Amino acid sequence: MAERKIRVLVAKPGLDGHDRGAKVIAQAFRDAGFEVIYTGLRQTPERIVATAEQEDVDCVALSMLSGSHLTLMPKVTKLLKEKSMDDILVVGGGVIPNEDIPLLKEAGVSEIFTPGTPTSLCAEYIKNNIHLK
Amino acid sequence: MSYDKEKRNEMQADLAKWQEKVDKMLSKKKERKDVFISSGANEINRLYTPLDVPSEYKEKIGLPGEYPYTRGPQSNMYRGKLWTMRMYAGFSTAEESNKRYKYLLENGSSGLSVAFDLPTQIGYDSDHEMSEGEVGKVGVAIDSLADMEILFDNIPLEQVSTSMTINSPASILLAMYMAVGEKQGVSPEKLRGTIQNDILKEYAARGTYIFPVQPSMRLITNIFEFCSAKIPQWNTISISGYHIREAGSTAVDEIAFTFADGMAYVKAAIKAGMDVDSFAGRLSFFLNAHNDLFEEVAKFRAARRLWAYIMKEYFKAKDPRSWMFRTHSQTAGSMLTAQQVENNVVRVCIQALAAVLGGTQSLHTNSKDEALALPSEGSVRTALRTQQILGYETGVADTVDPLAGSYYIEALTEKIYNEAWEKIQKIEEMGGAERAIELGYIQNEIQKAAYQWQMDVESGKRVIVGVNKFQVEEPEPTGLLRVDLSVQKAQIAKLDALKKKRDGIAVANRLEELRQAAKGDGNMMPYIINAVKAYATEGEICGVLREEWGEYVAAVTL
Repeated sequence: MAERKIRVLVAKPGLDGHDRGAKVIAQAFRDAGFEVIYTGLRQTPERIVATAEQEDVDCVALSMLSGSHLTLMPKVTKLLKEKSMDDILVVGGGVIPNEDIPLLKEAGVSEIFTPGTPTSLCAEYIKNNIHLK
Repeated sequence: MSYDKEKRNEMQADLAKWQEKVDKMLSKKKERKDVFISSGANEINRLYTPLDVPSEYKEKIGLPGEYPYTRGPQSNMYRGKLWTMRMYAGFSTAEESNKRYKYLLENGSSGLSVAFDLPTQIGYDSDHEMSEGEVGKVGVAIDSLADMEILFDNIPLEQVSTSMTINSPASILLAMYMAVGEKQGVSPEKLRGTIQNDILKEYAARGTYIFPVQPSMRLITNIFEFCSAKIPQWNTISISGYHIREAGSTAVDEIAFTFADGMAYVKAAIKAGMDVDSFAGRLSFFLNAHNDLFEEVAKFRAARRLWAYIMKEYFKAKDPRSWMFRTHSQTAGSMLTAQQVENNVVRVCIQALAAVLGGTQSLHTNSKDEALALPSEGSVRTALRTQQILGYETGVADTVDPLAGSYYIEALTEKIYNEAWEKIQKIEEMGGAERAIELGYIQNEIQKAAYQWQMDVESGKRVIVGVNKFQVEEPEPTGLLRVDLSVQKAQIAKLDALKKKRDGIAVANRLEELRQAAKGDGNMMPYIINAVKAYATEGEICGVLREEWGEYVAAVTL
């Protein structure tokens, strides 16, 4: 039986329209052999979690540059927990100050990738840390 | 630079001999790279000679202030007046941003440039559920005329020019600006400034769209028409390549996609019954000042020549002001590194130099810390000082178009001009920019280039100092500017107080009139102005228009 591919949801929470990073990482994940779903812009945490459920993903990758990560990322992890979907790995990327990273990790975001991180490293991290279904 | 046939033949022969010598040398020792690709994805030759320069000097290069404007829109350029040093700023509340504007003006900024927060850009009030976490973050929160009055408190609008980065709700913010002017006793014909008002690049690259294409294009032509009658000094649109380039496009595509958008606006206005010369002189542009110094200079020069050609030959405009490409520019935010942020000061300086040597009309320089957070006051000052040093100390502004005549610059100007025009024609064949965006063509081209860039950085083909080469261990950055959630609370409290204080019946009436206007096909501006003056909020106005016109649904391209 063919091995199930890793399924990743790349999502843009909030109102920010800068999705260069989201699209580049989505394509890099695809090249790394993942199944990738990209949400497009302006996703509420509720919609992201609903898509994650519907698409049965192993990982949610949140891309944020607008500074609202401390509000929106924890909301995603909270909703996942409420739906008992917290086996899904949540990672984040974007312009995120280092001092915020511990707060996000405490809230259940597994890792934050800041500008300059090679995409291959992000893919590697996901491979090593998901709980395959 | 025309040479007779005999001279050209002689040069060609010399060049062939030289090439043989070089080939011999290269067989022993290879060059640093197999191909040299510029940051804008142009392949760069080893050497440029007079043979690469177009021979039609008058037609293709000419004199500054004259068609085709390759050398600049004004005849004496910066000898008359330096470019406008316009720093994009805005964060938190209107009160905080007003302080920052006064600080910038005191430090020698020559124009204002307003950054709005995302809810304002997308037509949501601060108390809307979609605004959660976003209020005051990437710009200032403006919910109503009351906020705008605070934003420009004690800033005399007859003395400054103000650029506002606002697109979908541009008409509303312009109406607010006019109302503030009126309260200060400044009549509309004295107001100077720019609204970005460029919806097509929002669909393609920046993302702050609200309404579908048709009503959006209607609002834009309504603004053209209204401004040409009432605010003649206002730049009605800033057709932007900046964000297209930031999203990852090549240098050629930055020009091609921007002009394809520009042509769509011109066509829409003509279709709405306007004479091209009644509005084309107020079209302005916004380009990126990227890393590759010479390529960027050539890009600005090629853009001026190409827009002049398009307006004169394609749209048959007769007024020379309609042919002139006038542009704001900003250094490339995407080229700032979060690593060794001090290096960004150097990058910004060279990018700013490119814009100045390219002949920009106004310029924003990024601050070194913007890859990490909002810029602090000190780093903003350094960014502004960078422009002042270029303008006052280096002498680069003392003669017009100083790099003209360089074999390399002229050859690259010609190349970018030709390739951009070719791509524009391809888009025209597809049915124009609106159709190309609908098909995802423009988005895909940008995406492809962005991915290529990332792969080149990861493979080390492209060196980014401090990121994939010359890295160091660094301490955590400190002192970053943050906007906390109290801003949202304060803004919501202001909104509640406003709603209690204002004449609710007048607001309801103005909004109903606006709704009826939206159903018809007349000019929306008078209705928007009336609603704004009654202190209807931006969210209420956009809410009515959303109900009548619906919302744009983006095609997800990947």
